[in-house]
Amino acid sequence: MKGIINISRRDFLKTGAAISGGLILGLHLNLPESLAAGQQAAALVPNAFVRIGTDDMVTIIVNHSEMGQGVYTSLPMLVAEELEADWKKIRVEAAPVDPVYNHTAFGMQMTGGSTSVWSEYDRLRKVGAAAREMLIAAAAETWKVNRKGCRAEKGVVIHKSGKRLRYGQLAEKAAAMPVPSDIKLKDPQKYRIVGRPTLRIDSREKVNGKAIFGLDASVSGMLTAVVAHPPVFGGKVKSLHAEKARAVAGVKDIVQVPSGVAVLATGFWPALTGRDALEIVWDEGPNAKLSTSGLREQYAALAMTPGAVARKEGSVDTALAKAAKRLRVEYEVPYLAHATMEPLNCTVDLRPDSCEIWVGTQFQTVDRNAAAAISGLKPEQVRIHTLFLGGGFGRRANPASDFVSEAVHVAKAAKAPVKVIWTRENDMRGGYYRPLWYDRIEAGLDEKGGPVVWKHTIVGQSIVAGTPFEKALAKNGIDNTSVEGAADLPYAIPNILVDLHSPSVGVPVLWWRSVGHSHTAFVVESLIDELAHEAKKDPYEFRRGLLAKHSRHLGVLKLAAGKAGWGTPMPEGRARGIAVHESFGSYVAEVAEVSVSPAGEVRVHRVVCAVDCGEFVNPATIRAQMESAVSFGLSAVLHSEITLEGGRVRQSNFHDYKVLRLNEMPEVEVHIVHNSEKPGGIGEPGVPPIAPAVCNAIFLLTGKRVRRLPVRPEDLRHA
Amino acid sequence: MIHIEVNGKRHDLDVSPDMPLLWVIRDYLKLSGTKFGCGMAQCGACTVHVDGEPTRSCVTPVSSVSGKKITTIEGLDASGAGRAVQEAWTAEDVPQCGYCQSGQVMQAAALLAQNPQPTDADIDASLSGNLCRCGTYQRIRKAVHRAAGMMAKGGKR
Repeated sequence: MKGIINISRRDFLKTGAAISGGLILGLHLNLPESLAAGQQAAALVPNAFVRIGTDDMVTIIVNHSEMGQGVYTSLPMLVAEELEADWKKIRVEAAPVDPVYNHTAFGMQMTGGSTSVWSEYDRLRKVGAAAREMLIAAAAETWKVNRKGCRAEKGVVIHKSGKRLRYGQLAEKAAAMPVPSDIKLKDPQKYRIVGRPTLRIDSREKVNGKAIFGLDASVSGMLTAVVAHPPVFGGKVKSLHAEKARAVAGVKDIVQVPSGVAVLATGFWPALTGRDALEIVWDEGPNAKLSTSGLREQYAALAMTPGAVARKEGSVDTALAKAAKRLRVEYEVPYLAHATMEPLNCTVDLRPDSCEIWVGTQFQTVDRNAAAAISGLKPEQVRIHTLFLGGGFGRRANPASDFVSEAVHVAKAAKAPVKVIWTRENDMRGGYYRPLWYDRIEAGLDEKGGPVVWKHTIVGQSIVAGTPFEKALAKNGIDNTSVEGAADLPYAIPNILVDLHSPSVGVPVLWWRSVGHSHTAFVVESLIDELAHEAKKDPYEFRRGLLAKHSRHLGVLKLAAGKAGWGTPMPEGRARGIAVHESFGSYVAEVAEVSVSPAGEVRVHRVVCAVDCGEFVNPATIRAQMESAVSFGLSAVLHSEITLEGGRVRQSNFHDYKVLRLNEMPEVEVHIVHNSEKPGGIGEPGVPPIAPAVCNAIFLLTGKRVRRLPVRPEDLRHA
Repeated sequence: MIHIEVNGKRHDLDVSPDMPLLWVIRDYLKLSGTKFGCGMAQCGACTVHVDGEPTRSCVTPVSSVSGKKITTIEGLDASGAGRAVQEAWTAEDVPQCGYCQSGQVMQAAALLAQNPQPTDADIDASLSGNLCRCGTYQRIRKAVHRAAGMMAKGGKR
């Protein structure tokens, strides 16, 4: 592959032949109506997704952002399968912003929620099949034979007589063929690409430095900007003295924008030097008193009061009064930064009648609309070039479009093309964190050790409150992303109450890989373990007994336990912990093998992971994502937390916001369930089970129950 | 004027002597493969070779490498270890988002150039300074061993 380029479709329609060296399949399909903003995607527009050049190269235009999760490989696999393409001739291009590329379920162009594969599963196969039929029709017409005697195979149409024409030879004629209305998809038994482990298509350019990320965008005449943000969320500039900054060699301009003060220079270093020379007095506003300790107290008090009811079965109060054994505990997890390896950045070239943006984003439609509103242009005058994302994890899917909006404001104020680069400190202190959560649970067992009551009160900020997503994701005072994984507790317990407090706090929050599940699985799967120990039962058997009606939970639980050798002896000083959780339509169980040093340092040696994500496309992606999820989750278990004092975020960079390093990485072993269930997500579902799996093992080793993350070695010291 | 040699090419630059090598490479030489991650030698995304030594370019003043031979990811395939590492990385399907991988590859190539048969402990010691938020660590380890094997067989798989 030569690299991923990005052109607007209008350019593509004008110059497609020149670019692809051939003709664009399905060019006759007229698109202009669909270019109108806000319109739902058409059911099938092959030329929006596939182009075949006379050089036989098949270009697949991918409408989901590549942030590591492998969509530039898995989505083309769906097209290539039905297209009967030669996988070696596939290249990928990032889609421009257009309603035709809208998410099939969400009606906007975006990547998130572990939805890319399932949401494109039918559409992209149909696109590939339509293109295949058009190529076959073109060959049949060329040969003047019945198309029934023709078949497609690895980029060639073959007639039963033995005649062959390559796709490149057929592309021009195929473009004039009608798009078939009745598309028959392949029998999955005949798949030769989908379901087979397939190496990533983008590895080469990611190991030779040629991959272009947002940070690498370059526009002629562009300046680089670094912004001074207020030290407290919501702070505003009270006074600014910029003389010293202006005196820095290379500094070209200093502008105020709603998010702070931007210093524009000939490169990053003078911009940073200038930024650090600014003298700003901030009006810190009402959030200057925020502190983590204050929030913890406030949340703990809230947790004692009834919240909005997310689930209610039976009568928890009666059952608690009658229970033979009761457990009353609090769990807590901190704010977390996404800390993508690529700090946030955005490049903008704003002209009187156009706005071009180069950015790694998960939220093209939202960002485009924000840019249009700021620049006073129409949405269709804004063009977004989606480049590789150096990590996303939800941070680049912001309803508030913070990093894109800021860059457009800077470009507008400076009247120059500009790349705004966030320093790591800007990024770490920029908010939009995974919320801090406080959970209070009361649970009870009967005389036989069976759980009879479960009362779970959740306290934490709503991610969707006040955003355009509130309407879709929150109902009756319940933000579903706050209670997912808790309100849908799968265990058979007769009396259940799950309620929620969503305090309004001045810390911006956002979805962080696995969203609500990142805390609910920790609480639920730790507490189930606590109950198992209270009942003096094996935690694995205890779960099995309560999951009789949940065959997919059971399936992965048994698979992981079996592969991990659950119940077999461990080396001295090691223990296994287990957890199972459903999220994003997929089921994952993990068994962690852990040791804890006398000083309380936790070491995770091995993680056995079983995953059931239904029908799947690329098992290599599934393995990679499970490894990735374990690593991502372990950072939060062992190291990471964002804390506030005096309204200020205390952490600033990787020395004080620690994440997992290579020497701490366990051996991750992945086992995939094969079935024909509806495809589920894969980017996130591996994250939730790792925290409880590890902490359940820590309990066996130390007798200490970890109820607050990250683990604190000083709490786990043992002889 | 500061003179540096990058990927075999000499550059005479009129830049502030305290400017980190990273920004000279990215903003002046327009080589974008070397990444900015933290600015304080905590993540390794900016790793280059200075006279063969893996070096965090984000904290290396350009004046301190005047006259030295600098290799960036764009110049890496000129070395046997570099090619082996890149090939092993692709074969093990290491990259995910890929942002840290230039630095990982540079660090691993320097390790293998000095220690052609590293143990797991050697790999830990050399590569634990290179962060990867996608958690490709397990594959990085495998790929380093694979590259070592390839080099032992004379660059063949």
